[in-house]
Amino acid sequence: MTGPLRIGFIPLVDAAALIVAVDKGFAAAEGLDVTLVREVSWSNVRDKLNIGLFDAAHLLAPVAIASSLGLGHVKVPIVASFSLGLNGNAITVSPALHAAIISEIEGDPVDPMATALALARVVAARRRSGAEPLTFGMTFPFSTHNYQLRFWMAAGGVDPDEDIRLVVLPPPYMVDSLANGHVDAFCVGAPWNSVAVDLGVGHILHFVSDILVRAAEKVLATRQEWSEKNPEILAALIRAHQRAAEFIEHSESRTEIAGILARPERIGVDADVIQRTLDGRLKISPDGTMRESSRYLLVGREGAARPDPVQAAWLYAQMVRWGQATISPEAVKIAKAVFRPDLYDAALGRRAGEDEAAFGSVGAFAGPAFDPDDVEGYLAAFNVFRRVP
Amino acid sequence: MGAESSPKIVIVDESPIRAAILEEGLREAGFTGVVHISEMQSLLSRIYALDPDVILIDLENPSRDVLEQMFQVSRAVRRPIAMFVDQSDSASIQASVDAGVSAYIVDGLKKERIKPILDLCISRFNAFSKLQDELDRAKSALEDRKVIDRAKGILMKLKGLTEDEAYVLLRSTAMREKKKIGEIAQSILTASELLK
Repeated sequence: MTGPLRIGFIPLVDAAALIVAVDKGFAAAEGLDVTLVREVSWSNVRDKLNIGLFDAAHLLAPVAIASSLGLGHVKVPIVASFSLGLNGNAITVSPALHAAIISEIEGDPVDPMATALALARVVAARRRSGAEPLTFGMTFPFSTHNYQLRFWMAAGGVDPDEDIRLVVLPPPYMVDSLANGHVDAFCVGAPWNSVAVDLGVGHILHFVSDILVRAAEKVLATRQEWSEKNPEILAALIRAHQRAAEFIEHSESRTEIAGILARPERIGVDADVIQRTLDGRLKISPDGTMRESSRYLLVGREGAARPDPVQAAWLYAQMVRWGQATISPEAVKIAKAVFRPDLYDAALGRRAGEDEAAFGSVGAFAGPAFDPDDVEGYLAAFNVFRRVP
Repeated sequence: MGAESSPKIVIVDESPIRAAILEEGLREAGFTGVVHISEMQSLLSRIYALDPDVILIDLENPSRDVLEQMFQVSRAVRRPIAMFVDQSDSASIQASVDAGVSAYIVDGLKKERIKPILDLCISRFNAFSKLQDELDRAKSALEDRKVIDRAKGILMKLKGLTEDEAYVLLRSTAMREKKKIGEIAQSILTASELLK
């Protein structure tokens, strides 16, 4: 056994690989003594990781990049050696906004371009009538949720900084805020979209997989300094996570996993809601309409666990597009280097990139194909942005 | 005391007692411009309206992430906001994280002037958690006593013991089993429930 490790997490379904690695004994089998620490805010997770109160953490992928670049906070180089999940978020709207979008829509409501254009018409109509701008909730300035909402609505011509209000809300407050009209919509991870639908206060408008085919969501983050000092512990952590991710992707083990994750000291919501998330089978409307997607949340399948530097570059491009970062070739390099497929491969004794090429990359519904070697050229294709000089 | 000597401080805390302890401490130290926000709804717009120099927030408050937005949206605030604890100061961020208090400071306020506020908050937070611990201990002691009394009653009735004898039996069993008397008493209650 190594010395005890403290790992921070936020109670969300995409912490599944971490929680299962510990609670199912995969970490112990690797000789690791892990204590999971449940946290209430991403700022806390980031700070406690940065100053060494945590050895590792369940972290928003963009926070790992922002931290390594020193954006918005202290600069601490972070290593993401395991991807805890791809996709998993959804956009949920209030019944009133849902009705407004549906009445304006031309085309299929599963098509994000159709909903984004409908949203633009709703926004324009509200402006004409002098109504307050719509308010959208997301979880953190450096979050996939922030970028996914922005990417989606900007494709329809809605400027997220001018035409609507975008506010940060802690995930546990999302549903209440939607119910009491504080926000009209939000983008958040599981289980909160399902909770809103179950309570009858929201409709799931999109799975994030409608917007991006593969979107890096949370990573297992460690400080670069710690990772260099403890390569064997990190490799053991990666192996434990890999075994957990494989276990999670076996549909026969889903009920057991949902039970583990549902415990009050872990995620603390109904096992049934968690299982629906893992199965990608979600109730999207209070009237009971279900929607299934094989891409709702990918924990280990289709190479989801292997960190992909292209994803890191895409997230950095979003930071540039929305004025959180200035563009520089050096920064693109740093961002990409946060995601470490080499550490993942080495820990698992695999040849570099054995299978991943087949799975493709970001795959956004709008704009040109993403080129990680030409972030500038890629961003030039978008006419809604907030670039800083 | 002019604005120059007393920065405007906002305390974001859902616990009224802890906020009062902090506020009192700050006032005693001469920081007179202290406002407490307990309602998390529309937190950001309240903060913008108050336009504080310093924001103190409990680390157990999920709304901490809401404040992060202030570092992004500079157009909405009068001046840019920076986090007080920077790279050169990891000891004080460590201390403030340990104590459960974190400080956000509007740029332009000198660090030396912030240090006493942060130190004071940390010591006040520590005082509050000590108080909380004592309260929790007292509560659980009271709970234990109730459980022990009921277990004694059961033993007296079933085994025909006096109250003192029942207590001695509980205590000696606890010592033999290396458990707390409260735990032994609880298992007697559970067993008697089952055997009813």
